[in-house]
Amino acid sequence: MRTLLETRLMPAIVVAVIVITLPLFFPSAYYYRIGALVFIFALAVVGLNLLMGFAGQVSLGHAGFLGIGAYSVAIGPIHFGAPSWLCLFAGAILSGAVAFLVGRPILRLKGHYLAVATLGLGLLVAIVLTNEAGWTGGPDGMSVPRLVLFDWSLRGADTWYWIAGTTFVGGFVLALNLMGSPTGRALQAIHDSEIAALVLGIDVARKKLTIFIISAMYASVAGSYLALFNGYITPDAAGFLRSIELVAMVVLGGMGSIVGSLVGAAVLVVLPQALTIFHEYEQALLGLIIMVFMIFLRRGIVPSIAAAFAGRRK
Amino acid sequence: MAELLQFISSGLTVGAIYALVALGFTLIYKSSDIINFAQGEFVMLGGMTTVFVALAGVPLPLAALIAIIVTTAIGFALHRLAIEPARGASPVALIMITIGASIFLRGVAQIVFDRRFHSLPPLFGADPIQFGGAAILPQSLVVLASATAIVTLLWLFIDRTLLGKAVLATAANRLAARLIGIDTRRIVDFSFAVSAAIGAIAGILITPIALTSYDVGTLLALKGFAAAMLGGIGSALGAVIGGLLIGMIEAFAAGYFSSNYKDAVAFLIILVVLVSIPQGLFGRAKVERV
Repeated sequence: MRTLLETRLMPAIVVAVIVITLPLFFPSAYYYRIGALVFIFALAVVGLNLLMGFAGQVSLGHAGFLGIGAYSVAIGPIHFGAPSWLCLFAGAILSGAVAFLVGRPILRLKGHYLAVATLGLGLLVAIVLTNEAGWTGGPDGMSVPRLVLFDWSLRGADTWYWIAGTTFVGGFVLALNLMGSPTGRALQAIHDSEIAALVLGIDVARKKLTIFIISAMYASVAGSYLALFNGYITPDAAGFLRSIELVAMVVLGGMGSIVGSLVGAAVLVVLPQALTIFHEYEQALLGLIIMVFMIFLRRGIVPSIAAAFAGRRK
Repeated sequence: MAELLQFISSGLTVGAIYALVALGFTLIYKSSDIINFAQGEFVMLGGMTTVFVALAGVPLPLAALIAIIVTTAIGFALHRLAIEPARGASPVALIMITIGASIFLRGVAQIVFDRRFHSLPPLFGADPIQFGGAAILPQSLVVLASATAIVTLLWLFIDRTLLGKAVLATAANRLAARLIGIDTRRIVDFSFAVSAAIGAIAGILITPIALTSYDVGTLLALKGFAAAMLGGIGSALGAVIGGLLIGMIEAFAAGYFSSNYKDAVAFLIILVVLVSIPQGLFGRAKVERV
């Protein structure tokens, strides 16, 4: 029990403590909003990191699943009168189903070919969301009804801070456990060498498909949260730039580091907010900071810092 | 028939630009294994710099020349200042650097230039040429002729000059190239500079037809990347054919189906092609060593 605490669940406990104590330092409600956004994105990034960092498969179209989740909680209640929470689950299942159907053929592709295939997948979702204006409101987007649980309408940044924080810790623990399982070890073997994994008797295609579906569902839930939290959604949620942003969060935080997912999401959510004081220089600075981070912390923030500490201890 | 000709001419024009962007991707990939997502920004810089230098009163041909030189210098600087210091980083980290560079260049462009759309006067007037019932813009012919010239010159250069052979050797095996005395760093410098120049020329050529603004680069990089992958990454012939194919598919999808879904049709076809031919049309299958 003690070793289990020390090795596997320690990061989860640390993250839970961070979620709980962080509001003590919040000077205003605005910070709850930023915090909620960080945890929502971090949830999607953990899912993508499972795919990229552990299984070694790139996806440049993950925002497509974010979009499916987001529009599920918008279209379901408005056009079908379904309760939002049900639509959240339906969206996750729909995302998983899409990932299942598309995953088998495209996961055979490798490296940059997989990147362009997933890119196409994400774009297809974004194009459909933009053009089916009768259902989605087109490029202008649509408003999303508030989540109502037991006659309690969930609104307000602090409420969503706790919802997003709790869900993130749950997703975090799930991811840690998954990586410690035989499936997780099989995925890491696939990452190192697909052929060697195949020779070891790992059903490579099936394992890759499984993790693709799981990561799609993480993104979908994050998308639903984003829509419910903002109360509004546009097709940009599924766009190419959003996909790139998610990949940037994974790489910046550190591929294969679940804690890194939180750090990467935090940096790329907080940074643009902080940079708005530079007005028109915002984008240029953001690009510059991404470049500098990647040049000097090329393995990502968390693994690079961990390596530096390990080096000093020796 | 007239309709068909019309679609072919507009498809080839856009396709030629995609082909040039894809060629830029290929050149850099061949010499350094890097996918350079800032390739689209070179196209933007070419068009925007020409527009603003011309607005300052410089004659158009000179403005275009200045734009090409400026963009080439930026391509060179991108390699020296951002890619070279990160040598040995993972491919994904290098891609992130080029994405960071593209966000940076876009950000700088909206400060140095502005956030509006701009155009340039076409080289031979704007009156369309009537051909078989189709109206073809003279600028389309300029685009096609220039693209053909660039591809031919690049091929002659690679095939006939010593520097070109050094590029080929670097592409084939970097370590072996270095062992026989090729300065591979300079080869990569060179391929970044040439890719930037090609991008800038594409940007200048297309601006009279499609307008330009600080943010046109993203979509072009995306299409160019898709074209390079469709053709098979690393194959120059594949890049050109991939680019032309995507341009044509888009034109036909827009004409016969729906212009809202032209990109969707293009990517659907790319997906189908890649699933049936996983290494692209002209790519070589890679064998994994254990």
